[in-house]
Amino acid sequence: MNFKRLWVIFRSRNYEFFRDRSAFGWNFIFPFLIIGGFSLIFGGKSYNAYKIGLFPHATQISATESIDIPDHLKPGHPKNGDHIKLTGFPTFEEGMDRLKTHKIDFLLKIGPKPHQYWVSDSSPKGFVAEKIFLSGLAPEPDKKTAVKNEIGISDIRYIDWLFPGILAMNMMFSALYGVGYVTVRYRKNGVLKRLKATPLTAFEYLSAQLLSRIFVMMFSFSIMWVGGSLIFSIDVNGSLPLLFFVFFLGSMSLTSIGLVLASRGTSEEFTNGIVNFIAWPMMFLSEVWFSLEGAPQWIKTVSEIFPLTPMLRAARSVINNNAGFFDVSRDLTALLVMTSLCLATGAALFSWNE
Amino acid sequence: MLLEVKNIVKRYGNLTAVNRVNLSVKQGTCLGLLGANGAGKTTLIEIMEDIIDPSEGEILYKGKPRTGSFSQEAGIQFQETSLLLFIKVKETLDLFKSLYHKSMDVDELIKICHLTDIQNQFNETLSGGQRQRLLLALAMINKPEIIFLDEPSTGLDPQARHNLWDIIRSIKQQKKTIILTTHYMEEAQHLCDEIAIMDEGKIIAEGTPRELIKKYCGAATAVIPSNAFKKPIGSLSMKCREIKDSIEIQAEDMNVCLNELLSLGVDLGEMNVRTPDLEDVFLNLTGRKLRA
Repeated sequence: MNFKRLWVIFRSRNYEFFRDRSAFGWNFIFPFLIIGGFSLIFGGKSYNAYKIGLFPHATQISATESIDIPDHLKPGHPKNGDHIKLTGFPTFEEGMDRLKTHKIDFLLKIGPKPHQYWVSDSSPKGFVAEKIFLSGLAPEPDKKTAVKNEIGISDIRYIDWLFPGILAMNMMFSALYGVGYVTVRYRKNGVLKRLKATPLTAFEYLSAQLLSRIFVMMFSFSIMWVGGSLIFSIDVNGSLPLLFFVFFLGSMSLTSIGLVLASRGTSEEFTNGIVNFIAWPMMFLSEVWFSLEGAPQWIKTVSEIFPLTPMLRAARSVINNNAGFFDVSRDLTALLVMTSLCLATGAALFSWNE
Repeated sequence: MLLEVKNIVKRYGNLTAVNRVNLSVKQGTCLGLLGANGAGKTTLIEIMEDIIDPSEGEILYKGKPRTGSFSQEAGIQFQETSLLLFIKVKETLDLFKSLYHKSMDVDELIKICHLTDIQNQFNETLSGGQRQRLLLALAMINKPEIIFLDEPSTGLDPQARHNLWDIIRSIKQQKKTIILTTHYMEEAQHLCDEIAIMDEGKIIAEGTPRELIKKYCGAATAVIPSNAFKKPIGSLSMKCREIKDSIEIQAEDMNVCLNELLSLGVDLGEMNVRTPDLEDVFLNLTGRKLRA
């Protein structure tokens, strides 16, 4: 191992990244656009509210108007909070059309008792909306048998949950494309062959690629974390150095997957397909966008083969639950094992020109 | 001998790209590997460079099989190489310099290879000639004992080509050993001390340019319009061939040639006489038909 050779390859790869203004800029702007967009769309709670259609009525329903429906569903009723959203339809047919296509969860005819309503048997939200509707019709004394207890923790916003996922997703694409795809391109256009003709060893080359990509990813992560904290007021309940360490190990394991991809092949199109084949399931099964709570056990088991899963679990535990090193040590070990396996595989399979 | 190629075979499936090639390269000489496209030149030179492994045979460097240190002593310019993007010319030279134990002074190399004006340009902005000069500089960066140049002037305009030849001549003056592949006969004639002509994976002729010309082309080539002949050219005792509307005659002795032509009543009014060159040797050996 010659550290001088490793250093010059590390430096040249960093030059490539930082001097390519379009790629460099996009690497930073893209996550902010995604987070900004999602916080704008999902920042309120309307996306999660139960949508109840009323007919016959004009589309807009004013918060102050009087409509002939049960009180507990009326706009502005204190028991509703923001959990029920009412939409008007001039005709029954229009309402049914929206109900059939799951654009609303429940359809109610405006008028005196007995109330008429329609609901889809295949819609879980429709089922709950029906229960809400019926519970409001039940006499109050029946409900006294249940005692409500409120949990006293601070509310975790969707953006708090989403932010580490977006950073991790950005890291994943950066690792797979920045190492896997780029190395295949180098092999195809002869850069690797030219390097093979020098005393540089495959181990030195791969180590330089790995370190360069980790450096770039941790640099991007730091910038984005600071930016995210300032713009979206993201707070870390746990230790910031531990969070940094979690992302560092995560970036190592993701980059080592990139090295496996980079080990062979000269077709950029094929590599692009393989990157997508790995990235998309990893993104959806590792809870970047939504929780897998309630998903079948086999899906949860499959999700554990992706490094993004332990990485995000550990990161969210540190950010939201004030988890310490030992609390996340199982996930950190998983990341180390994945990194070792992928590095060994990538190094064993690596070829300069095939 | 600095480099010895012994019984080298390279197969790709059913295709034999290099077929039992033997070659010896003396220290301080420039060996030219000539051949049509697909003759096996690049495969052979890449085996010599230790970039690809042969199916059979061995390469000896300084009388011994090559070791890991061979890459420290060899300078290589491939036929097609992309350079790292967003890296400047001088930075590229500095990068490659750092990969070797011994190296040339980068500023001196920049001067030798006429890179002064473009040393702060990014690699991807270079023209064809500038790129080739940079690749040649990279091949020389480690003060190599042996330099491999695979079609160094392909695709260059005449000025850029002559400029590159000047640089290669200056390398020759330093008594470096050069192995060069080309399909430009003029290039081989200008630069090479020894020539090996390849065809279908085999070496079909070997020697100095002068030896090859003498052996395969005679002292002079006479070119006479076909309609100047009153009798069929089969009646000529000298080696000749018909090319379009002309007959090319390879004469060992011009006096004998002229006497014979006059005795056959050939009209010599439009006869041209020229000294044969490597192109004549090459075409005589490999034929004029296009290869598949």
